[in-house]
Amino acid sequence: MGDTGLARVVLETRDVSKCYYLDGVEVNALRSVDLEIRQGEMVAIMGPSGSGKSTLMHIVGLLDRPSSGEVILEGQDVSSLAPNELASLRNRHIGFVFQAFNLLSRTSALANVELPLVYGGVGGSERSRRAREALERVGLANRLGHFPSQLSGGQQQRVAIARALVNDPSIVLADEPTGNLDSRSGIEVMAVLQELNEQGITVVLVTHDDRVARHAERAVHMFDGRVSEDGPVADRIMAADEMALLPPEGATG
Amino acid sequence: MNLPESFRIALRALAANKARSLLTMLGVIIGVAAVILLVGIGTGVQDEVTGSLEGLGSNLLFVVPGQYEGGMGGGGAPPGRRFTLDDAETIARRVEGASAVVPVLQAGATIKAGNRSMRVVVAAGNEQGTEVFTSDLAGGRHYRRGEVQAASRVVALGDRVARELFPNQDPLGKQVTLNGQRFTVIGYYKSLGGGLGGDQDSQVYIPITTAQRLFNLNYVSTIVVKAADADEIEVVRRDIRRALLPSFGDEFTVFSQEQTLGILSDLLGTLTYMLAGIAGISLLVGGIGIMNIMLVSVSERTREIGIRKAVGARTYDILSQFVIEAVALSVLGGVFGIVLGWGGAELIAQTTPVPTNVTPWAVAMSFLFAFAVGVFFGVYPAWKASQLDPIVALRYE
Repeated sequence: MGDTGLARVVLETRDVSKCYYLDGVEVNALRSVDLEIRQGEMVAIMGPSGSGKSTLMHIVGLLDRPSSGEVILEGQDVSSLAPNELASLRNRHIGFVFQAFNLLSRTSALANVELPLVYGGVGGSERSRRAREALERVGLANRLGHFPSQLSGGQQQRVAIARALVNDPSIVLADEPTGNLDSRSGIEVMAVLQELNEQGITVVLVTHDDRVARHAERAVHMFDGRVSEDGPVADRIMAADEMALLPPEGATG
Repeated sequence: MNLPESFRIALRALAANKARSLLTMLGVIIGVAAVILLVGIGTGVQDEVTGSLEGLGSNLLFVVPGQYEGGMGGGGAPPGRRFTLDDAETIARRVEGASAVVPVLQAGATIKAGNRSMRVVVAAGNEQGTEVFTSDLAGGRHYRRGEVQAASRVVALGDRVARELFPNQDPLGKQVTLNGQRFTVIGYYKSLGGGLGGDQDSQVYIPITTAQRLFNLNYVSTIVVKAADADEIEVVRRDIRRALLPSFGDEFTVFSQEQTLGILSDLLGTLTYMLAGIAGISLLVGGIGIMNIMLVSVSERTREIGIRKAVGARTYDILSQFVIEAVALSVLGGVFGIVLGWGGAELIAQTTPVPTNVTPWAVAMSFLFAFAVGVFFGVYPAWKASQLDPIVALRYE
């Protein structure tokens, strides 16, 4: 799926700006951002804090609306939709993976993964079948009934990835997915994301970490609310190779 | 998302915080139980009072001196002139539809037998008294016409009086004194049951003529008239007016059974509403407790709300989830409250003389009120939750 030139555009921002007021001070978080994300891509959005990458992620993830410009999702202009319409679009088209996992506590892995289906109106046996499948895809078929507190950080993040996948979204949006993980778990999670991308899923990675960003095929650098650089990653890291170099599990503390 | 789904989510959240849910419910439980219990007591008392009056029969008219307008207003002028036995006779003679005319006098007295004594209410009438008052002889007889005419010192005892003065003895033929005067016991009655009607068990019954001498009075307090035919009661009422008009003018009032009942019913009904109102206030306080906890719950679960919104929950989904949680608290509390209140009412009825009657109406009303309290106090916290910005909510620590 590396041939990005021919794949169709899943999401596009056209001249998107976002400005908001923080304690009465005008902040131009985004200035005229043009970005295309194509089907099957793995894109990293990079930048230091304050660069506008979080704001861009909120807009790409349909959590926020631009002050000006257009956001086109699957050919539809979504930049001026009401919050409830955005919620429905998020439900169908976006899968979120957060730094802090954001699973519901006291709720089983299976029920967590079912959550988007609950709001998508999928019920009964189909719901649990699809949730099981998603958990199998991230290698947690044997952890269905576990609560988040009974899972390691890496496992929790994989449950979150399964939740992001379960609705067959157009884009899986991962915001610092390895930020709260030790390096081994982080590599495992990146391996899962790369593997899913190999299977054709569009992944957008938001990170400030250059090493994490190099797991993507293409990197978009943000600076001062603008796209400063947008191009293929030169020396891409494959998480599977990293795994091979790690000492066997159990040898580490 | 559909409603059963919202219910499952809400119940799971309540189950996750059992102690808190229970304490929150306690306000509603106590409120509903109080409403049911107090209304149950009110209704029970009302039933018993009206029931014991209804036992008198529906074709009775009560003639009292003085003017009373409709209800219980303070407009009643003090009676200028009281009735005498002659007035009762006038009615008996001139009102054709009357099958019984009973002059009635009531007064307190001390009854003694040997070294035992007690305060009693002396109720006096004539030989027709048995036609207008419920009475069930346990032994002996009522006083007769001849004894009324002769003002004989004969007495019939209420159940409690008989048992107090003559424990384990047959009181028939025994001598007692009433305010120092000697009487012969000619009969005694079966108990009319506990509760407020129990008063009648503490009465003694003597001829009206005897009572006038005993208390040194020349009047009677009320004249009770029984119509031969209940359908003719208005005719009888008109005839009584006509019979008394020459000597009393307008200075008397004829109450029918229904009017008396209506007045009492109104009074007790008002009392019941008042009790319900007081109990309802505690239910309202319970509702505020629900709102308080729901507000805490919403701010505690801000991140959960953010997650739900991020994966596609709409405003309505969050709103319904939290409203249902609040309603589930109040409805569950309502059910427990009904069980508790009903059980308490039964217990009171069994162990004390206070009668209780839990009506389906009271149960339904308190349940609906609890439900409404849940909706009313649940909507604001739920609305707050539904308006959260997912970006802000997800960042919330």
